[in-house]
Amino acid sequence: MENSPDSAPPLLEVRGISKSFGAVRALQEVDFTLRAGEIHALLGENGAGKSTLIKVVTGVFPRDAGIVRIGGEEIAPRAAKAALAAGIATVYQEVNLLPNLSVAQNLFLDRQPMRFGIVRESDMRRRAKALLADFGLDIDVAALLGSYSVAIQHVTAIARAVDLSARVLILDEPTASLDRHEVEILFGIMRQLAKRGIGIVFVSHFLDQVYEISDRITVLRNGRLVGERETGSLPRLELIRMMLGRELAETTSARASAGEHRAREVCASFENYGKAGYVAPFNLELRHGEVVGLAGLLGSGRTETARLVFGAERADGGLARVEGAPVRLQSPRDGVRHGFGYCPEERKTDGIVAELTVRENIVLALQAKRGLHRPLSRREQDEIARRYVKMLDIRPADPERPVGLLSGGNQQKVLLARWLATSPRLLVLDEPTRGIDVGAHAEIIRLIRELCDDGLSLLVISSELDEIVTYSDRVVVLRDRAHVEELAGEAIDVGNILAAIAADGAAAAHEAHA
Amino acid sequence: MKGLPPVLITAIVLVAGFVLCAVQFPNIASTRVVGNLLTDNAFLGIVATGMTFVIISGGIDLSVGSVIGFTTVFVALAIDRWGMPPLVAFVAILALSAAFGAAMGAVIHVFDLPPFIVTLAGMFLARGASFLLSTESVPITAPVYSTVSDFALRMPGGGRLTAIAIIMLVIVIGGALLLHLTRFGANVYALGGSRAAASLMGVAVGKMTVKIYMLSSLLAGIAGIVFSFYTSAGYSLSAVGVELDTIAAVVIGGTLLTGGQGSVIGTFLGVLIQGLIQTYINFDGTLSSWWTKIATGVLLFAFIALQQGLVALARRPVRKSLGAAT
Repeated sequence: MENSPDSAPPLLEVRGISKSFGAVRALQEVDFTLRAGEIHALLGENGAGKSTLIKVVTGVFPRDAGIVRIGGEEIAPRAAKAALAAGIATVYQEVNLLPNLSVAQNLFLDRQPMRFGIVRESDMRRRAKALLADFGLDIDVAALLGSYSVAIQHVTAIARAVDLSARVLILDEPTASLDRHEVEILFGIMRQLAKRGIGIVFVSHFLDQVYEISDRITVLRNGRLVGERETGSLPRLELIRMMLGRELAETTSARASAGEHRAREVCASFENYGKAGYVAPFNLELRHGEVVGLAGLLGSGRTETARLVFGAERADGGLARVEGAPVRLQSPRDGVRHGFGYCPEERKTDGIVAELTVRENIVLALQAKRGLHRPLSRREQDEIARRYVKMLDIRPADPERPVGLLSGGNQQKVLLARWLATSPRLLVLDEPTRGIDVGAHAEIIRLIRELCDDGLSLLVISSELDEIVTYSDRVVVLRDRAHVEELAGEAIDVGNILAAIAADGAAAAHEAHA
Repeated sequence: MKGLPPVLITAIVLVAGFVLCAVQFPNIASTRVVGNLLTDNAFLGIVATGMTFVIISGGIDLSVGSVIGFTTVFVALAIDRWGMPPLVAFVAILALSAAFGAAMGAVIHVFDLPPFIVTLAGMFLARGASFLLSTESVPITAPVYSTVSDFALRMPGGGRLTAIAIIMLVIVIGGALLLHLTRFGANVYALGGSRAAASLMGVAVGKMTVKIYMLSSLLAGIAGIVFSFYTSAGYSLSAVGVELDTIAAVVIGGTLLTGGQGSVIGTFLGVLIQGLIQTYINFDGTLSSWWTKIATGVLLFAFIALQQGLVALARRPVRKSLGAAT
């Protein structure tokens, strides 16, 4: 949008914002300017301060210093309600709605259509239906939100924010759980809103999407402003340099020759393993020192496969072997006992314990494995925590910090550390790079390779086909809850994976942003 | 909603229990017995309505029994010793109890304290205050009391729908409407779902907390007045342990103790189930009245187990994925 003359005051103006948590300076004198009708990407590595900036602007955190102006008028939002009143609406990365209420109630909470003090339920449902129809969603809005998938919950959150007649719409990683088709719909709506003069702040780690949709880009690094540029005149390499502060190392390092891995010993194998209505019976061999990638669309059975392998879900048929011996995997406990580890996709709800410290989170699985009557001494805990904080470069390097205060990438590393501490033979990683940005991406990928070189067997799920191709020795492709193809060696490339996924003509909806 | 909603299960238990009792004692199936059941449990139904709001919002209110006790003593003294007109005494005590609840809600929100502890303190405070007023039972002789006690609507079959039973039914219906049809009600569920998310969505969490505990204490005050009509006396030891009967009724009624789900109608059915057990024991004549507690305990346990099962079921499936990516 080119309709923003410099003479008019910008829609949202942030000047000299600083914010510290204890001794950690999360933001230092950051400026940010959003014009009416533009889509402005806010970029930076994990821990760069993007989330903190958003929370300060929306009044979730009080700021230590600085000014926030909307339309030239200074505002001091202290509570989320005040920010809403000032016209700032936010959709956070993790869905922050109420699963125990209906979809319609979630959309209209605290602003339901009323008559004589009574909520007009039918009117509310009709409007909810119409609102979601704009997003290409046709669902029963009277059903509980919690009964729908994360993707639908996310779209509902965005629909709510859009409908709050906001002047400023902040989208924090809105596309992380959407497939390509849904992203297109969202972008269409973002452009429409921008045309109406709404300013949109778009936080994302998908650079393709940033280039596709944004007019300008602001980059933060380590809590400081690096710069603000027009998207059109900023080459991608330059952008990455701004974000990382260094030349990006070539992430597509050559794979170890696949032939060598053929000879490796089998770590765990699954024959005709499956569960009716969950995932069709499959054969899977996981070898020491090998990365097996699971590729497929959202809902194709990738996570389901992982949960069966780990024992989080019981198979109703088939045979599992560990190091050649038949085993029963009926609970996560069995999985842990056989030396398996599992980092789930939903970090916030299924993985980390936000209130506990980094140290406590790291020793959790190891302590569970040892049993309660053999407690780890404080010194052992400190030792383990220090080792992994250093090894995985968890930042800030403070084992006593509650994990909830860490950025997404660092939380992911804590999860990894938790399982590594149990010295597993097989580690299952479900979307290890989701919600994590470029620098940490490369780092996690490097870690995956290194772990593998140490003899660990890895099963990795990812929607990022480029990534899977980079680190996998073999790739299993899933479609409609069944394993349909296994690629190895030279056959592993994005084109072949897409072809396997799309074999039944569903190619258009592929969710990889490759 | 899939499967059998908890409220329906409560209703089935009530009907089945009623039929069983009626088979053994045919006299139970009369409007006379039903009328008495409503009258005897009027105060419980009122206070349980308030408790339903509190528990759905994710809290608990342990002070209600003591508030009832305090109310009966205050009303008795105000009318019979201090010579207050009954209506003035009622308004005064309702204002007092509402303020008491609001204060507890404010403490819970401002200091971010667990409702269990704050209302436990409230429970001791209110009970202690009622002992301070009087340690003896104070009879109420005001004419309005005999008038109200004598008032009743005749039901077909000779049953009497007393004034206090009518008050209870009105409050239950009013509470159900408030919970299910208003913005306030939706916010109560929102708080029980997640305080953080509700706050981010713009719900005034602090105000809601104050209002919810205020409502609970206000209804406890009304329950206290009703209790004083029922016994025509004020006594500082009345309604000891009623907060636990109340919580039991709410949970048996299908409200999730962790908040976010439940209904006033379910609570009403839960109250009736407790009343039915009591009635059965009265009819039997040989059973000790403590069997009421044992039966309630068994039922409570069964319902909590049932809810856990339902919650586990609800967590499992994902209804539908998006668009083409199914």
